Parts: sequence; C-alpha cells; structure tokens
Amino acid sequence: MAAKDYIRERFFPHLWCPGCGHGTVLNALLRAVESLGIGKNEIVMVSGIGCSSRISGYLDFHTLHTLHGRALAFATGVKLSRPELNLIVPMGDGDALAIGGNHFIHAARRNIDITALVLNNRIYGMTGGQYSPLSGAGVLATTAPYRNIDRSFDVIKIAEAAGATFVARSTTYHARELAKIIKQAIEHKGFSLVEVMSQCPTYFGRKNQQGGALEMLQLFKEQTASIGSKAMQEHPEIIGRGVFVNKKAPEYCQEYEAIVARATSA
Amino acid sequence: MAGVNKTVAGVNKFVQGNEACVEGALYAGLTFFAGYPITPSSEIAELLSVRLPKNRCCFIQMEDEIASICAIIGASLAGNKVMTATSGPGFSLMQEGLGYGIMAEVPCVIVNVMRGGPSTGLPTGPSQGDVNQARWGTHGDHAIVALTASNHQDIFHITVEAFNIAETYRTPVVLLFDEVLGHMRERIVVPKPGELPLVDRLKTEVKQGVDYHPYLPREDGRLPMSDFGGVHRYNVTGLFHDMWGFPTNSPQVVHGLLRHLTDKIENNINAITHYKEHCLDDAEVVMISYGSSARSALHVVANRRSRGERIGLLELQTLWPFPAELVREKCAQAKRVVVVEMNMGQILGAVKQAVAKPDRVTLANRIDGQFITPTDIRNILRLIQGRGV
Amino acid sequence: MSQEQKVKHLCNVQWCKGCGICVMICPQKVLALDDLGKVKVVNQDQCNNCKLCEFICPDLAIEVVVTGQ
Repeated sequence: MAAKDYIRERFFPHLWCPGCGHGTVLNALLRAVESLGIGKNEIVMVSGIGCSSRISGYLDFHTLHTLHGRALAFATGVKLSRPELNLIVPMGDGDALAIGGNHFIHAARRNIDITALVLNNRIYGMTGGQYSPLSGAGVLATTAPYRNIDRSFDVIKIAEAAGATFVARSTTYHARELAKIIKQAIEHKGFSLVEVMSQCPTYFGRKNQQGGALEMLQLFKEQTASIGSKAMQEHPEIIGRGVFVNKKAPEYCQEYEAIVARATSA
Repeated sequence: MAGVNKTVAGVNKFVQGNEACVEGALYAGLTFFAGYPITPSSEIAELLSVRLPKNRCCFIQMEDEIASICAIIGASLAGNKVMTATSGPGFSLMQEGLGYGIMAEVPCVIVNVMRGGPSTGLPTGPSQGDVNQARWGTHGDHAIVALTASNHQDIFHITVEAFNIAETYRTPVVLLFDEVLGHMRERIVVPKPGELPLVDRLKTEVKQGVDYHPYLPREDGRLPMSDFGGVHRYNVTGLFHDMWGFPTNSPQVVHGLLRHLTDKIENNINAITHYKEHCLDDAEVVMISYGSSARSALHVVANRRSRGERIGLLELQTLWPFPAELVREKCAQAKRVVVVEMNMGQILGAVKQAVAKPDRVTLANRIDGQFITPTDIRNILRLIQGRGV
Repeated sequence: MSQEQKVKHLCNVQWCKGCGICVMICPQKVLALDDLGKVKVVNQDQCNNCKLCEFICPDLAIEVVVTGQ
C-alpha cells in the first residue's frame, strides 16, 4: 500500500497552517505505517484536542478524537481490551504534558504497548498562541506578553523516569529520521514516546521573531544533533535527537494475561 | 476482602449493596471495568478485580476518575460492556467524560454510590445529593438516564436494566446508590442465566467494503455499532459530527444531532421508567421517594396503614428522564404529596412541576449525614398535618 | 539511476500551500514556487530521486516517481 492509501483523501487539503510541522509528522507517520505494512483495520489512532490531534481525522484508521489531555486514558481502554490492535496516540505538547500530564506518566509507568507522539510546537496553537509547559522560560506568547517565566521540563527525562521503555526525539526538519523513529516506536513492545519538535510559524514563530517555517526548520537543524555525535560532545546545550531509551520491561497487557492465567487456574 | 466464588445461580447470597451491583453487572455481561478507589464504592472495584479476571475479562485501576471513564469509553468502542464506579467527588471529575459518552453515543454504565457532599463531605455518610448533578453535571443541553433502587435484589435488577438501556439507546447510564445501600448487607437471589432478558451489543450487518454509518439510526432508532478493530473504519469524536462521525458545524446537522441525542431518551420515557408502588389506590397522602430513603418511607406506609391512615408510596427507580406523567397520574387523587429524600429537595421541583396542585407538595428530608429513619418521616408528616411531633 | 530512467514530480497544487519547505530542503534546487506561490519543478534533470521533498512536504502535495525501466 502506498502512503496515500492510508489517508482520508476527501478531507484534504488539511486544516493546518502553511508551513506547519504537523503535516510533516502526518507524512512521516504514513511512511512508518506503510513500511511496517500494518493493515488499516489493525490501527486505532486516539488523539486528544488541539492542532496536533486533528491528525486522526485525516488517517483512514479506526480513529478516536477524544478529550483534551485524555487520549492516553481512552487508548488504555482500547488497548487493554484489544491487545492485538496497534494503538497510536498523537498529542500536542499542552495536550500531553499540561492537562494530560497525569495520564502521560501513568501510561508510561504501566509500560502499556501504546505509541505516544508528542507533537511539540511549544504553543497552544488551536486556541490562538498561548504558552505551554514546553514553551520555555523567556518566550513570548499571547498569555506571556511580559515573557514566560514558566520553566519547561524535558519530556525525554520525564518519560524515562515514568517508565517508558522506548523514548526518542526528532524534528520535522529531519523527516526521514522521524519516519524511521516512528516506525521503531510502533514496533516496540511497550510504552513508546516520540517527541517531535514541530514548527508553529503562525504563533510561536511569529510571536518570537523566529521567522517563518523555513527559518524555524533551520533552527531545528542548527539547535539539534544526533545523540552521541561529536556535535553533542562539543555543545552540551544542544538538543539531542535519536533514541534515548530502548529497553525491555514487562508489557502491561502481557502482565494482565498472567493475571487471567492465575485467576483461572486458581 | 472475602474470597468470592463464581456466581452460583439461584443461591441466596447475603451481600453488600455494592456486591449486588457487581453481581448484576456480571449477569448483564460486563467485560471491562476501570475505576479508582473512593469510599463508599471501592468494594465494587475490589470485587470486580477478583471476578473479571476469572471470566477472562478486563479490570484496571486507573490513575484517577477522569481516566477511568475515558478508559471504559475506549473499551466500549472496542466492543465491551463496560462500567465504572465512584462516589460524589469522582463523579464530579467524570462529568466531561460523561458528556463525551453522550455525544459519541457510547454504551457505558457509571455507578455513583453517593456520600455526603459537597466536596469531601462525609465519605461514610449517606446522602442523595448528587441527583441533580446526574442530570446537569455535564455541560450543554443533553438527556441522561439515571436509575436507582432501594434494596439489594432491586439493585441487582436495576443494574442489569442499566446495561440493557445503555445498549438499547447507545448511551451512558448512571446508577445512583448511596452509602447505606452500598454497605449494608441484605439477601439477594441471583437469577439463572437467561432468566432476565439481556440486550446484547447490536452489531452492524453492513459488509466489509460497504459504507457503514456509525451515527445513522435505523428506522427503529437503534444505532448498530462496529467495534474498533473490525472491518469498518470510522471516526468517533466529541465534536458535533455527521453520520460517519466526522466533525461538522453545519447548523442543520448540529440541530438534528442534538435533537436526536435528547429525543432518543425523552421519547422513550415509558420504556425507560421503572418504579414500584405501595398502597396508592386509595392514598390521600402520597409519598414519593427513591433509593435508601424509600426503605424508611415504605416502613411508614406499613406503620400508618395499620392505624387506618390512607397513605401510600410511589418509589421511583428511574430518576432521569423524570417520569412526570407517572407522578402526575399517581398523585391525581392525593390531598398531600410528600417527597422523601436525603438532600435539600433535588426532585422536589420536578415533582411540583409534574403534579396538578404543586402547593400540596412538601419535602420530608434529612441532610445531616445520618440515614433518614421512619421516625424522621413520621415526625415530619405530623408537622405537615399540624399535629406536632 | 540508469540514464533511461527519468524522475518525475507529481505536484498537487490544490494541496500545496506554498510554504516553500520543499524548495529549501532540495539539495539539487530542483523546485521553486510559481507566481501563485505553488510548487513548480524548475530543474527536473538535476533531481537525484532522494525524495526529501516528498517526505517533508506537510501537505502530501509532492510524489516523486521514477518512469522508464
């Protein structure tokens, strides 16, 4: 199946702004699913609320467009009851880490086999440019007219600390790498978290004088480096890209099978 | 938590109300429960954590009540009969999810074992203070089904009925019990399989490759479903949506969908209404009560009748949609209507609206966290009748 | 690619929003934006079929196909 077979063509062109990175994430996701050859009936995409979460409407899977911040909780219900299905949960940075933070850390803690994508554009785009937990101190936003004092946290460290067994980061500039990482994340048995740095030229870029999509993508190129690369050693403040965590741990649905075995043998 | 064996049909069981609810849910075909510990409903989760794995079904304790209702909605869409259980504070957290279940027309059962409120209130004290929250807790115009019962055999039956209504109308159903019912023990007899009619998940017969509309009702109003993972791929959203489940804000579709969501419940009040009546035929004083309060009201009927007083009880098992016609009819001859509930009069207004002479309706209640006793009701009746306590 | 094989860009100008990301990313400067701001192939023969434009396009508006053997 070509990537195009996975989309709901009748809804294109999509609603994201010109140059918005979320379209590239959609593109990379299609490549990953295509390369894995997963049947469309075997994928349930559960998204939250916000620009990022409209992605589910454009994909010809079983799609569940849920409540702001709650996608992972809905997805847990689907996955635990139908472990054979592939659960992909795209969320925004605010969606996953602000209102959805509690569900994020607990889904990771359970290590339930769900692929979580955090489309991090460091802003609440759908609602018009407010700052999010990942905006970073000092940035401007419609709710940070005097510069943001909220420090942001490192999604990678949080996911690992919470128990996620596959944790990676990429950007919309590195589209090929992103597709490869999403593929690995889907294949991984356990909670996979992929943070995608995705440009929002309309709000974050404009509010913070970072220019349009092209300039923001250049920043992604210059401000990130592959983990373990020479650039990383020389510039410790640079943002790492690649797979940070890839380990084995009991997967929740398999552990639940063990409960059923114990309960039915007793 | 005593080990609990499989349901043995026909056997007497001396159980808590919470357990009667569990037995009813299992009888109805529950396959997925998600919940969060909260007094006084935790026993429901504990019992199901034992029973569901034995049936190769899913039990999960989520990180909070919001996650719990979201998880059961996800599981319902994957083809399960689902339930969660909580109390006031958790029920408040579940409201947005409840609204999502209404909009996306997802069958699910939400048990609220009420306790003293508001806020943390009285975790181990009875109250019926969430009745109006069950009706209007979630935002926006909508309809809701809320059922209750006053004894454990009825709890069993009304729980089965909750699942049947949820499947029939593809809607969330709220079960309102309270701490007294939840924790007191009483005898139940578990019916044999097949004895009670069950409504199973209505699955679409549309074949693969043929266009399936998840939100297009059939002539009979039913909405056949297709499980996630099945051959039909569609969208489910909390946004107003078209018959394929895709977001729309077209005025006609919005108006039509909102009208459908409310009519499917409000037009079937008779089918959804469950009630019991005691000595109403010649009653001059009609008590209207529900849940555990109805136990004391029933006691008052027996006690007063033995003294020749013409008093009767209408016990509502369906609170929402409010059975106004039934109430009007049953109170037509009454000289006085007394609403008995453990709150500050949460169905009082609905009763006054329903009856022909609202000025004859008064409230007999108790709001101090103690169970309303027959003596409480009798004293209030005497005051109403001007005879003093 | 052998000589006979030719690369073609299938550009969907309805979906293209003229963001110019493909133009920027192309190592061979094959693409440009026309006067309506839509993607246009300007140096077809320079294309080395790396498909970066197809991969990064946020609007799925480009498909690079190889024709011939």
